[in-house]
Amino acid sequence: MVEKEIENKMKTEEYFVNMGPQHPAAHGVLRLLLTIDGEIIKNVDPDLGYIHRSIEKMCERDSYQQIVHLTDRMDYLSSHINNEAVCLAVEKGLDIEVSDRVKVIRTIVSELTRLASHQLWWGVIGMDLGALTTYFYAFRDREYINDIFEETCGARLTMNYNIPGGLMFDIHPNFVNRVKEFLVHFKTKLPEYDRLLTGNVIFQKRTKGVGVLTKEDAISYGATGPVGRGSGFACDVRKTHPYSAYDRVEFKEALFTEGDSLARYKVRIMEMWESMSIIDQLIDNIPEGDIKTPTKAVIKLPKGEFYQRVEAARGELGVYINSTGTKNPYRVKFRSSGFSNLSVLNHITKGAKIADLVATMASFDFVIPDIDR
Amino acid sequence: MNIPLNITKTIHDWLFSIMPEGVATVTEWVIVAAAYLALFAVAGLYLVLLERKVAAWFQLRLGPNRVGPWGIFQTMADALKLVSKELTSNANIDKFLYNLAPYFVILSSLIAIGVFPFSRQFQALDINIGIFFLFAVSSIGVIGILLAGWSSNNKFAMIGAMRSGLQTISYELSVGLSMLTMVLLTGSLQLSEIIEVQRTGGWLILQGHIPAIIAFMIFMIAGTAETNRAPFDLVEAESELGAGFHTEYSGMKFAYFFLAEFINMFIIASIAVVLFFGGWLSPFGITDDITWFPETIWFVIKVLGIIFLMMWFRWTFPRLRVDQLLTLEWKYLLPINLVNLVLMAIIIWLNWTI
Repeated sequence: MVEKEIENKMKTEEYFVNMGPQHPAAHGVLRLLLTIDGEIIKNVDPDLGYIHRSIEKMCERDSYQQIVHLTDRMDYLSSHINNEAVCLAVEKGLDIEVSDRVKVIRTIVSELTRLASHQLWWGVIGMDLGALTTYFYAFRDREYINDIFEETCGARLTMNYNIPGGLMFDIHPNFVNRVKEFLVHFKTKLPEYDRLLTGNVIFQKRTKGVGVLTKEDAISYGATGPVGRGSGFACDVRKTHPYSAYDRVEFKEALFTEGDSLARYKVRIMEMWESMSIIDQLIDNIPEGDIKTPTKAVIKLPKGEFYQRVEAARGELGVYINSTGTKNPYRVKFRSSGFSNLSVLNHITKGAKIADLVATMASFDFVIPDIDR
Repeated sequence: MNIPLNITKTIHDWLFSIMPEGVATVTEWVIVAAAYLALFAVAGLYLVLLERKVAAWFQLRLGPNRVGPWGIFQTMADALKLVSKELTSNANIDKFLYNLAPYFVILSSLIAIGVFPFSRQFQALDINIGIFFLFAVSSIGVIGILLAGWSSNNKFAMIGAMRSGLQTISYELSVGLSMLTMVLLTGSLQLSEIIEVQRTGGWLILQGHIPAIIAFMIFMIAGTAETNRAPFDLVEAESELGAGFHTEYSGMKFAYFFLAEFINMFIIASIAVVLFFGGWLSPFGITDDITWFPETIWFVIKVLGIIFLMMWFRWTFPRLRVDQLLTLEWKYLLPINLVNLVLMAIIIWLNWTI
């Protein structure tokens, strides 16, 4: 009775806030329509389309070699892995086997890409939570990887190193040495990441128990990558459907069952260790062989559907190609991890604070061009 | 004794010799005020530069290094740019409050510096409730922040202002109580007297045993929160609220908010130095016998040390969430502080001080 009276007298109103498309925590042009009661979030409504470039439609116009280069621009932080996915799908369609050398190099570069992506994410999660210094530490180490890429294929971010049937060029003579140098360097620096951020009381408080995603929800929403694995959903494509050289290396799948932001954080930190161990196993014995299995200048896939899934830095990337036997695909569909992961956001941030939303989003590691394509 | 005294005494005598006493007094006030304003505008600017240099040092960068040698004119150039910028504003703002807000913030900081004890001679006002005055005046600033957030017709600014209200009002309790703990030890509110007590008995942080150390820690936490700096910068949390309460301010009005933050940091650091580290006194009295040695240097060195500590906090820690911020204050700092106050009283009663 009294409570009702108080409620009548102190009527609070919910209000809308546009978080984005220009907002520091959106990391791009994601627009979140928030319904807020004071600081408490009642509803999160993601609004997409601000960076839609109709990549899938453009693919229908392009030849298979050209498609590869478009995928760089989806999840630009795991550009090599995107390229690899398309190449694997096309190779599947052509039914050609690439040499061991190509497989091993692709795996090494993929893992380097994953490392670079996770490093950037680590810098950004710190920045989102207010610890700006992490950003610069992460970029210091990421620079090593970018330099390696630059030396080998000329580009630092959107690399286009893969082509259907193999690689654009052979690795640079310095490649092996510089990767080893990087590993030595980063093995001393990764514990520093833990010292600076993981063990911090405030960081733990901000992420522990925040944005909890249960395993059932993770599966039903199709959350993959570190988001799914943070909830105990063993969804690592490298383990379940090995491609390239992943069947010949030993690594642990990073799995945590808590499902909160801290678990997702730990998954990524552990993945960095595992990526380094994968590279360690492969870097010393890159087999000799051709870097390119010859294909026709104009690739024509046989009539049919081809699907390839790979583990990109943010989760499972699926490439679906529907071919009618011409030089262009009839339909291309990318199953991007970011889109499925974003759909979880409203479910797990309801009732949390604005700061929790930022922390959760940082732990999801969204790349908006990947969501919108 | 000190060189500044001779100069000010000459000016003082000269002023009183050429005009009637009333006019001379007013003129002297104006001169002192203008000198302080100029001093603190420059001090604020160089604190910004120091912050940027320290941040760069923590973050493996070089920091500003293009304008002048080691970038020492960088912040001057920034200030000049800000002065020349247009003062833009939102539609449908509360014009009066919107324009008033920055002055509240900057004035509260500038009034507070009037009682700063730089050295025995270098103190504009040595009132007998100095520490209370300092604390009271510097807490007016929150009104400016609340007004800024309310009047700028921006929801993010509004959220920032509300957070600021919560934060400042809560943490003022801790700042006040930890100051009170130390005042209990000195038995005086006058800044110069608080410092002189430490000449014989050693710095208060040593005199007061454990309660003084606890009080210092609480003061540093609450003081950082008072100045709205990381890890308590929820008010302007850029990853959550854009720029918080000053989102809609541009040009010089923004510069006022910005400068006030740094002067507030200076104020908190000086209170800490006066209450815990002996103000202008030299460590172990090493320069006590050198009569010409400006004691101001010791004061400034100590203040810069504390400021460095606060910058260290800022560039290391992530930001707290708003409910965690309040939990920290009401569930931990405040009870500890109250117990600490009683503990200090017992220690003084039993005469256990050094």
